[in-house]
Amino acid sequence: MGEKLLEVDDLISAFETDRGLVRAVDHVGFSVEKGKTLGIVGESGCGKSVTAMSMIRLLPQPAGRILQGTVKFKGEDLTQASVRRMRKIRGNEISVIFQEPMTALNPVHRIGKQMTECFHLHQRISRKKAWEQSVEMLRLVKIPSPEMRMGDYPHQLSGGMRQRVVIAMALACRPDLVIADEPTTALDVTVQAQILDLLKKLQAEMGMAVILITHDLGVIAENCDDVAVMYAGRIVERAPVKELFANPLHAYTRGLLASIPRLETPIKSVLPTIPGMVASLADLVPGCRFCQRMERKGSTLRERPGFFEVAEDHWVEVCPKCYHGEEVAK
Amino acid sequence: MSSLLSVMDLKVHFPVHGGLLMRQKKTVKAVDGVSLDIGVGETLGLVGESGCGKSTLGKAIVRLVDPNAGSIVFEDRDITKSSRRSIRPLRQDLQMIFQDPAESLNARHSISEILEEPLIVHRRGNRAERKKKVAELLDRVGLPAASAERYPFEFSGGQRQRVGIARAIALEPKLIIADEPVSALDVSVQSQVMNLLLELQKEMGLSYLFIAHDLAVVKHISDRVAVMYLGKIVELADAETIYLRPKHAYTKALISAIPHPDPSRIVERVLLEGDVPSPIDPPKGSAFGKRINHPRYEETEGMDLSLVEIEPRHWVAADPCCLEEADWEQVKG
Repeated sequence: MGEKLLEVDDLISAFETDRGLVRAVDHVGFSVEKGKTLGIVGESGCGKSVTAMSMIRLLPQPAGRILQGTVKFKGEDLTQASVRRMRKIRGNEISVIFQEPMTALNPVHRIGKQMTECFHLHQRISRKKAWEQSVEMLRLVKIPSPEMRMGDYPHQLSGGMRQRVVIAMALACRPDLVIADEPTTALDVTVQAQILDLLKKLQAEMGMAVILITHDLGVIAENCDDVAVMYAGRIVERAPVKELFANPLHAYTRGLLASIPRLETPIKSVLPTIPGMVASLADLVPGCRFCQRMERKGSTLRERPGFFEVAEDHWVEVCPKCYHGEEVAK
Repeated sequence: MSSLLSVMDLKVHFPVHGGLLMRQKKTVKAVDGVSLDIGVGETLGLVGESGCGKSTLGKAIVRLVDPNAGSIVFEDRDITKSSRRSIRPLRQDLQMIFQDPAESLNARHSISEILEEPLIVHRRGNRAERKKKVAELLDRVGLPAASAERYPFEFSGGQRQRVGIARAIALEPKLIIADEPVSALDVSVQSQVMNLLLELQKEMGLSYLFIAHDLAVVKHISDRVAVMYLGKIVELADAETIYLRPKHAYTKALISAIPHPDPSRIVERVLLEGDVPSPIDPPKGSAFGKRINHPRYEETEGMDLSLVEIEPRHWVAADPCCLEEADWEQVKG
């Protein structure tokens, strides 16, 4: 086990809605080691992005708030940090790569201005130096003729190029942790492959840890060390990547893995599916939410299933109906 | 297999205005000489990256955009130049499913109004019969009967796509153009919708033109697959063949770029440099050759790069930049 960089424990985040306080993240816990990649996978609305936004305290205000839990980053609990302290951390020690680079970049400022901003905010260096370092970052993310691109506006770049700029900005201050929230979902497959490859190389060079949030199990398999599978606000299974794919123990993980069409599956065959759909956050039961989706009745809906380590580093929500491993001593 | 639809050398070009006073006129060659045919009960998958012209091609086939050249023959009838009015009866046989059901369903209409509309337009049945048909359709696509009086916003993405599918099959069409029908859906819902499309095809003998950017999805649902790059089809073969024995460098790159949900697999990836070039003033020669900076690119300027049957039922662009030496020798000879 390497050194823990981030430890999230028992995190609950909720939103104020017309239907009362709705928990989007419900007792979530995980840790990330220095230099490693944790993947968080799940379907839309499962709370994966809200988890990330809670960690860096960027929940939409005033509706969203953290109700409970700790987010320890290098030993410091970020849920208790001041607004000023958080500003120091974001972009400097922890940075975020968002899905849609067009909304992450300001359309009315040139790339150069946006690139140098993070240096001005976090490092006391001269304008000239900031400019040079920005060009260097753009070169690092393989943007052709970076000096010229510094004078461009975001709309003048292609989607792939824009995402490279966002990555360059995120890495500019050499953060210890990068949160990549669906960084390639809006991109074409060939460009996705380029960007993920780039991210991996930069990670190896700079030694930062990455939290990769995605719905694509293929992306998870190829880029992560550990995986957390989220369903309806909770982590239902968490394990090292090889273990999770070789030995999935939760019914939801199994269902997800089975329902992806692969190049090897026979054409026009019936794909296994997960019946039903995710219940709306306001209607979730306190117990096992996957049982709720499968329209099971009974006691499993009433109480939250325990989350146990069933094999080394392999944690599963042990619901009597959804857990497929050996019996756990409680 | 008899041909239901055949498209010959279709071109769709759009003018773009730019520069000072928007005077300068350029042309986007969205679809630039595409030929394909679809048999009865067959699914042709059309795969390519954003901006390659695949959606424009789909829209041109149902005449939502007007082609500049070439021909579209549906059931032995040339519809390339048919007027809006004369094409209307044909819409019963030729339907479309869109990517984003949230945008393609009228938010102010209830589900029953949405599903009834095609029946009213094409004068099918009286009110009672139409109500019955709507109930049947909902049942067929796996939505509860009570959905009829609800509105699109009350449904999830997957359910809305089911409504979109119900609307497309309401008139018992022969061909459905499905433009990225599952791209916006979550994995578990995506497989439900794909299964539904496959079931409907079996029951109703439907043909599909299935447009998507995800080769694994396309391959799963299609009999044959066409790979499109910058307005042109560069390879066309049986779904199995295109995956097992791709010939064109672009097809190979596309297949290689798909992330595999298997961490124990060691990937050797053909990484492409750069992005899809702009269809405004595309390269004169091999578009893909230009992207990969192929040394033989110059040769291809002005060369005929049209499809050649390299083995039975397997067509590939005769392009020296994109074929292996042996394959190139074969298509040249």
